[in-house]
Amino acid sequence: MDEIKRQLTKASKATRQDRYGKWIAFICTFLIGLLVVSIFYLVASKGLATFFRGHISLWDFLTHQDWNPGQVSKNGVPSVGALPMIVGSFSVTVLSAILATPFAISMALFMTEIAPKRGQRFLQPVIELLVGIPSVVYGFVGLTIIVPVIRAIFGGTGFGILAGTLVLFVMVLPTITSMYVDSLRAVPRFYREAALALGATRWQSIYKVVLRASIPGLLTAIIFGMARAFGEALAVQMVIGNASLLPHNLISPASTLTSVLTTGIGNTVMGTLPNNALWSLALILLLMSLGFNLLVRLIGRQGRFTK
Amino acid sequence: MANVMTARNLRLYYGKHEALHGIDLDFPKQKITALIGPSGSGKSTFLRCMNRMNDLVAGVTITGSLKLDNKDIYSPKTDVVDLRKRVGMVFQQPNPFPFSVFDNVAFGLRLAGIKDRALIQERVETSLKQAAVWDEVKDKLNENALAFSGGQQQRICIARVLAVQPEIILMDEPTSALDPVSAGKIEDLLLSIQDKFTIAIVTHNMQQASRISDQTAFFLDGKLVEVGSTKQLFMAPQKEETSDYLNGKFG
Repeated sequence: MDEIKRQLTKASKATRQDRYGKWIAFICTFLIGLLVVSIFYLVASKGLATFFRGHISLWDFLTHQDWNPGQVSKNGVPSVGALPMIVGSFSVTVLSAILATPFAISMALFMTEIAPKRGQRFLQPVIELLVGIPSVVYGFVGLTIIVPVIRAIFGGTGFGILAGTLVLFVMVLPTITSMYVDSLRAVPRFYREAALALGATRWQSIYKVVLRASIPGLLTAIIFGMARAFGEALAVQMVIGNASLLPHNLISPASTLTSVLTTGIGNTVMGTLPNNALWSLALILLLMSLGFNLLVRLIGRQGRFTK
Repeated sequence: MANVMTARNLRLYYGKHEALHGIDLDFPKQKITALIGPSGSGKSTFLRCMNRMNDLVAGVTITGSLKLDNKDIYSPKTDVVDLRKRVGMVFQQPNPFPFSVFDNVAFGLRLAGIKDRALIQERVETSLKQAAVWDEVKDKLNENALAFSGGQQQRICIARVLAVQPEIILMDEPTSALDPVSAGKIEDLLLSIQDKFTIAIVTHNMQQASRISDQTAFFLDGKLVEVGSTKQLFMAPQKEETSDYLNGKFG
């Protein structure tokens, strides 16, 4: 009798497997969560040290134009004005997104609405290929082709925001396109049918219904593209000129948060102010990408095709 | 009674497979014609021939004639966009656009190039009234149409079609996704607008067909088995298959 009772009350094999699985999943999730939290902690603690230990005011950091953390300026504090980089980063990001969006919309429409079969066969692999090319290759192409061309047309060195924008344009185009293709495919077929049945031409049904219904998806795609452009370091660094000057036009050498980080990281000593100042730039980058993510979530919540 | 639309020996092929075997059917003006028959009998396919929605399906060929006001709608001269303005369609699933109620109903008008705001407003209001949904949406015209119940959505879709003032309205099982109360409201609205429009309705619900239609056509396996006044077809069907179907012996 006891034997049967023991058999019956014992956890079955399936129950135990279930429990193991749950624990493994929980531990993995926990570890990843911990990783994210510790990255945030590290960047924040280092980045904030500039302000707390280095006694630099946050306002000066965000608005001053001189970037020379290694040397003490006349008023006794090191000059860490990040404005040129912030402006540089935002310029290349916004400009490349503005430039890429019309192309991305046209390509995505071509692939989903106009020629789904050919689009699928030819454009899809092209876009996947563009995503897969390492950013150093883009930078190298930019350096050997775009920079000299700009130099020949506009004069100057050729390095600058314009070169950075053009390189980033090619890099964010596939991101925006492929994400927008997904959201166009998610527009239910019956919207198109309903529009056609009401006497819409094919173009009217695309323009007035499909495009309009997919606006949230388009915004999400653009923001993802911008997040990629904002965080791109290597390719931009190769063509932007790396001068921490506030850019006055599109063809004078400039810098971005990422380009200053990559060029400066090897030349500073851990724990010193110049090093911490770089961490502060990294903190801005982190907060920005967090901001982009929040924006995507916000738009995604509004734009679902719920019934 | 004049016929608005007439089909003669209409055959439809999916590739080589013949799905409609020579349909002859007339749609009398300002009458409701119900198309009944089991699933796969070709009644929806036939309905979708009437505004050339089958053009969207690859590999479909159509022979025979289908005339709207004595003009063949499959002749190369036909402007399909214009045809679809004259022959409106309501689908099985309520499919309002994810826009405001007003924009939904005004959609067809704006497509037609109407810019006059007062006219658009007036047409939207009359259409919503005709579709018996005005009282429920009049204070929420700027809300997203998807926020309404399924029955309301379907009536908004009907209003969207009515706003274009088509001659014929095709309805592909418009109430099968709705509860009986909502379906009843739609039946009432159909009866109330039948003096202005010619209606062709596909339905699986034989009570519905007998309640609202003037003429009933029974489809089976891609053939039109029998057509006649609704009363006559339901009370004294001429063919055995019709009688069997109506008595629930199959289908």
